[in-house]
Amino acid sequence: MTWVNVVVQGLLLGGLYALFATGLSLMFGVMRLVNLAHGDLSIVAAFLALAIVDGTGVSPLWTLLVVVPLMAGVGYLLQRGLLNFSLRGDDPLPPVLVTFGLSIILQNLLLELFSADAQGLDAGRIENASIRVSDRLAVGWFPLLTLVTAVAVLVGLQLLLSRTQLGRSFRATSDDPEAASLVGLDHRHVFAMATAIALATVAVAGLFLGVRTTFTPSIGPTRLIFAFEAVIIGGLGSIWGTLAGGLVLGVAQTLGAQLSPGWGVLAGHLVFLAVLAFRPTGLLGRRVPA
Amino acid sequence: MTPLLEVHRVASFYGDFQALFEVSLRVEEGETVAVIGANGAGKSTLLRTVAGLQGRGPGTVAFAGRPLDGVPTHRRLALGIAMVPEGRRIFPSLTVEENLKVGARRDRPGRWDVAAVLDLFPPLADRRDRPGSLLSGGEQQMLAIGRALMANPRLLLLDEVSLGLAPLVVRRIYEALPAIRAGGATVVVVEQDVGQALAAADRVYCLLEGRVALEGRAADLTRQQITDAYFGLGGSSG
Repeated sequence: MTWVNVVVQGLLLGGLYALFATGLSLMFGVMRLVNLAHGDLSIVAAFLALAIVDGTGVSPLWTLLVVVPLMAGVGYLLQRGLLNFSLRGDDPLPPVLVTFGLSIILQNLLLELFSADAQGLDAGRIENASIRVSDRLAVGWFPLLTLVTAVAVLVGLQLLLSRTQLGRSFRATSDDPEAASLVGLDHRHVFAMATAIALATVAVAGLFLGVRTTFTPSIGPTRLIFAFEAVIIGGLGSIWGTLAGGLVLGVAQTLGAQLSPGWGVLAGHLVFLAVLAFRPTGLLGRRVPA
Repeated sequence: MTPLLEVHRVASFYGDFQALFEVSLRVEEGETVAVIGANGAGKSTLLRTVAGLQGRGPGTVAFAGRPLDGVPTHRRLALGIAMVPEGRRIFPSLTVEENLKVGARRDRPGRWDVAAVLDLFPPLADRRDRPGSLLSGGEQQMLAIGRALMANPRLLLLDEVSLGLAPLVVRRIYEALPAIRAGGATVVVVEQDVGQALAAADRVYCLLEGRVALEGRAADLTRQQITDAYFGLGGSSG
């Protein structure tokens, strides 16, 4: 029963990782941009929520209503005003350097504004409440909510990509930017919309992270690595792969930690390396919906 | 009357290589114009310049009297200039129907929609849920034309329509031209097949090494004139 519990907790943790991975996967799928500031942007969202909670006293989950649209707007402007300029030409290096620089700037900005103290978002009773399935298996409400939210976000994104004109414009621009301009699509706007949606999901991820655990201005890169691992394990560009990748990473980490408390993160890395070595296209192949 | 498209003394460069030298071209609303010429004569470069895909050089391009300097490709479509690029450039991860839908524009309503295009090119109707990458060359060409029509263009630029296609397929595509014209589009077609171009067009421009070597009404030009211009044998204008 212990092992069942470990796997269940791993799946729930994986929901959080899938949430983190969604935006990274979307941005890579649409514009082949690896956003190294991805993790830091999620921490920015967590601090934004913290500032609102401190200022108004509302529960952190309510701040989603403000933080998500705000981060989407930030995403649009960030892409339009900065990242698009790094994507000119075929050189993959400029976007990497630009987002790496952005990551450092964001970390230091947060350090200036909020100090290096560990912070947390207090969501009240839901944080510790759980459903008792049996004597030795309990499912926390909040981790469950995280997983359900992750699935909902991914289903929503899948529907957006497959059913809407915006989704078609994402896929068309990803396929062939020049041909996309011939059908009237401005890739600068399309990319900016993709980043807006990606950062909206990043905001949700950052907020759930902030409720689940404590955060400091410098933990963004760790979140980036987990998100990156989830994307690679699942398969680049595959929406369901992103969910699968997050879940596999979560289970690997909790199983590793069960064996020995220090092995959790290591086990995740090992699974990631094994996937890279034996199945480089990821678990769900290389279908590219975005 | 203002021509629908006026290209005036346009030059174009690829790095140090000059592809067009002071090329001028007029297209009146409602007519069909063919641009012919050998490989590398600058036909595609001319169309790409009109569509805004080619870097700007000296000279002007005006659409319905409006200069297009600095207008990016996607805005030119909003004005009514659609182009079917060389190589078709179908979006491979979109289905046939999605390829058409992505070409639609709310600000350009008109005769063409998904149903009308599938009616024009029946082979596409049977494959509407197939990915664009799984179509034959002829079907891809039909889809590329249909995708461009979805924006209800005033000016339709067709680049290398018959390149690599079987004669029967080429004929089917050219048979669609009258319906496309009836839908309100003026057509400029770049074609290597001179016979096909002469049959379809009202007027013909022949390019030779980046210059206009010959222009005239399709009906008035003789085979000899065209051959001379095509291969630069006349000496006077080449």
